[in-house]
Amino acid sequence: MTLAASHKIVVTFSIGPQRLAIPATDLREIIDPLPTTRVPGAGDFAPWVVNVRGAVLPLGDLRLPLGINDPNPAERPEDARRFLVLEAVIGGEPTTVAVMADIVHEVATIPSTSIEPLPATSMWPSEFVEGLFKGPEGEFVLIPDLSAIFSAMAQRAAVA
Amino acid sequence: MSDDLIAVFQEELAELLESLERGLVDLQESPEDAGLINQVFRDLHTVKGSGAMFGFTELAAFIHDFETAFEKVRAGAVPVTPELVRLGLAARDQIPGLVNGDADPDGDRVAILNALRDLTSGRGVEIADIEEEIEAEFVTSNSPATLRFKLSEDALALGARPDILLSELKDLGATQIIADLSDIPALDDLNADQCYVAWQMQLPAGVSEGDVEDVFMFADAEWTLTASEVNEVIERDEIDDLLSDAPALDTPTPQQQAPSEKAPAASEPAASIRVPAARLDALMDSVGELVTVEARLTELARHSRDPALLSTAEEVTRLAARLRDATMTMRMVPMRTLVSRFRRLILGLSSDLGKPVEFVVDGEDTELDKTVIEKLADPLVHILRNAIDHGMEDPAARAQTNKDQVGRIELSATHVGGEVHIVVRDDGRGMSADKIRAKAIERGLITAEAQLTAGQVFALVLEPGFSTAETITELSGRGVGMDVVRRTIDGLRGVIEIDSKLGQGTTVTLRLPLTLAIIDGLLIEIADERYTLPMSSVKEIFELPLDKRIASRNGDYLDIRGQFVPFVRLRHLFDCEGEPPTEQNVVVVESGDARMGVVVDRIIGTNQTVIKQVSKLQQGARAISGATILGDGTVSLIVDVAQLLAMSGPLIEPKKEVAA
Repeated sequence: MTLAASHKIVVTFSIGPQRLAIPATDLREIIDPLPTTRVPGAGDFAPWVVNVRGAVLPLGDLRLPLGINDPNPAERPEDARRFLVLEAVIGGEPTTVAVMADIVHEVATIPSTSIEPLPATSMWPSEFVEGLFKGPEGEFVLIPDLSAIFSAMAQRAAVA
Repeated sequence: MSDDLIAVFQEELAELLESLERGLVDLQESPEDAGLINQVFRDLHTVKGSGAMFGFTELAAFIHDFETAFEKVRAGAVPVTPELVRLGLAARDQIPGLVNGDADPDGDRVAILNALRDLTSGRGVEIADIEEEIEAEFVTSNSPATLRFKLSEDALALGARPDILLSELKDLGATQIIADLSDIPALDDLNADQCYVAWQMQLPAGVSEGDVEDVFMFADAEWTLTASEVNEVIERDEIDDLLSDAPALDTPTPQQQAPSEKAPAASEPAASIRVPAARLDALMDSVGELVTVEARLTELARHSRDPALLSTAEEVTRLAARLRDATMTMRMVPMRTLVSRFRRLILGLSSDLGKPVEFVVDGEDTELDKTVIEKLADPLVHILRNAIDHGMEDPAARAQTNKDQVGRIELSATHVGGEVHIVVRDDGRGMSADKIRAKAIERGLITAEAQLTAGQVFALVLEPGFSTAETITELSGRGVGMDVVRRTIDGLRGVIEIDSKLGQGTTVTLRLPLTLAIIDGLLIEIADERYTLPMSSVKEIFELPLDKRIASRNGDYLDIRGQFVPFVRLRHLFDCEGEPPTEQNVVVVESGDARMGVVVDRIIGTNQTVIKQVSKLQQGARAISGATILGDGTVSLIVDVAQLLAMSGPLIEPKKEVAA
């Protein structure tokens, strides 16, 4: 991660009430939702697969690893939903994974100094969060640690 | 030096080393074969030449000594002995380390070279004669000769130094050195990296072609050596005539044809081209996508009922099938690429264990998908090692049982329908079905009442946990790692069959699909989800009897023509919601000797299935071996029949007779 650089370009999106940001370099593309196929026994982190232009990709749900609770899922507009296709390194191997987002906001450039580590006592799982910063409306925007999340998924899958 | 060039060298080196290894191992069997000796020599020579060209001077020096030893073999002065082959192989094994620049802390390299030198110069008196003989072979003429040379276009860029070449030639006694400047172009056309100057010179009598070859060893140059009159003074324009006759430089003079090892390489036509494996993979991916799109097109055309569209779709189907077949053929690699490794293994084990073994290979030309070949190497090594280590008796024991003292291990590969059968057969002590059975009962793998066929009993050695440290001697080690072998073969969608006769030997048969990329699939539906079953494992399909609609407490069995066949409900296995429809179907699948019924809602039909791997993130998925993309763009999971059989119920469901 290039947190050392003075600025960071991120893409912000929301899952339920939670705003998230991922480095633009990790994002391959944003696509409209595709028909999903359930994978029996694959676990809660990545329970589906989708066909992204001929490649069968696992479709992940960041809700569970990040402990995001959405009290009113019905309020999320159906036509704003997107899939983010991400490149992550899992166990040393580059892997492509899709994750669901309820809405994608913008591409933002944020000063690296504004990124803070997770407070010692927080409601988020520290092993899956790289840091957070304050968004334009004063809310906290989480930067998830995608490699850690996907590696944990792979390990869960292996023991399942 | 660019990385690209290094990569080319590495690739070439790998092939040369393989060829070298094969040559050496084959020499063991036919030590008199001059062709083989020449091949080994040629390989060494090429490795040395290109190694030096790419700056691996240490490698070149090492091989030079290695080559010197084999020169004597080639001259017929030193016979090929097992010891020589052993040293040759050991020397060959040092080459990758030399290329990587690994240090040699134990002095292995020097020791090998010394041993080779001692071995090849064992008879000191003869050596002098031999060296003379070798010299004689190379000498083109006992009279003075004219040498002409010109560096190739890119020789300077590759590091050739004409000044060094000239001084080396001077050391050989070259006189009347004349530079030919006629090829130098106008300044505007001049490429500063290219040497346009050619040279001609007189070499004294006694300088052999081999000496000149040594000078040009590391430089890419065209040169000719022709006999000349002793005191002939060559006129300037005469040289120009000679030099302007450029093609003549390529034509070997009669003298040059003498070293026979050059001939075959030069005359080989370019009938094949080298393609990086990654490009073939990319092509296969594209063809896979094409097959998927073709399925969608066919579906659309069927809906539209437009005759023009229908016939076009049909045409595309035909072309896609042809393209698919052509691409799959391109990925086929002969078994031969694996076999040399096995010969080496057997050779080593045979001498280590003191069990002389004859290794017979049949069907080296049988072709398999390159992915299958790559994954097959380790399991086969395991099976072969077992065959010689545990299957084969020592010579004394063989003598007692009136067997030939030299054991025999056969490896054969044949095409049978859509499969390749790879058989490893030994004539060793074989396995006792009764003992395996007793052991499996002891280990709790089967019940004492289980009725198993002989094949099923032998298949027990493939179970994890079958073999432990204290196995009965006859089986010792037979199960070690065999579960790993089975997992690999399962992963290739193959099947292992074992047959053995006590005292007569063991036969292991691997049945493998021809390709991993595209299979025929049976598309089925449960609870509005579509899954694919590999057609090769589907035996029959029928309607589920109404009385079996509800799961029974006593286990689900079907009576198929007098045999009880267990079955599994895919809806249960895959946690589907909702109630099953009244009419359901049973697909009977088979893997190895085990078979079972799979209850599904509906059969949709057969299709061409392009197999896509499921990501690591989802490897916990139950009984799923991969995924495929259907005509409408959605993903269908491919059911892993072998895993399904393994996870449903006890280890192996014997085909119980109803009457029993």
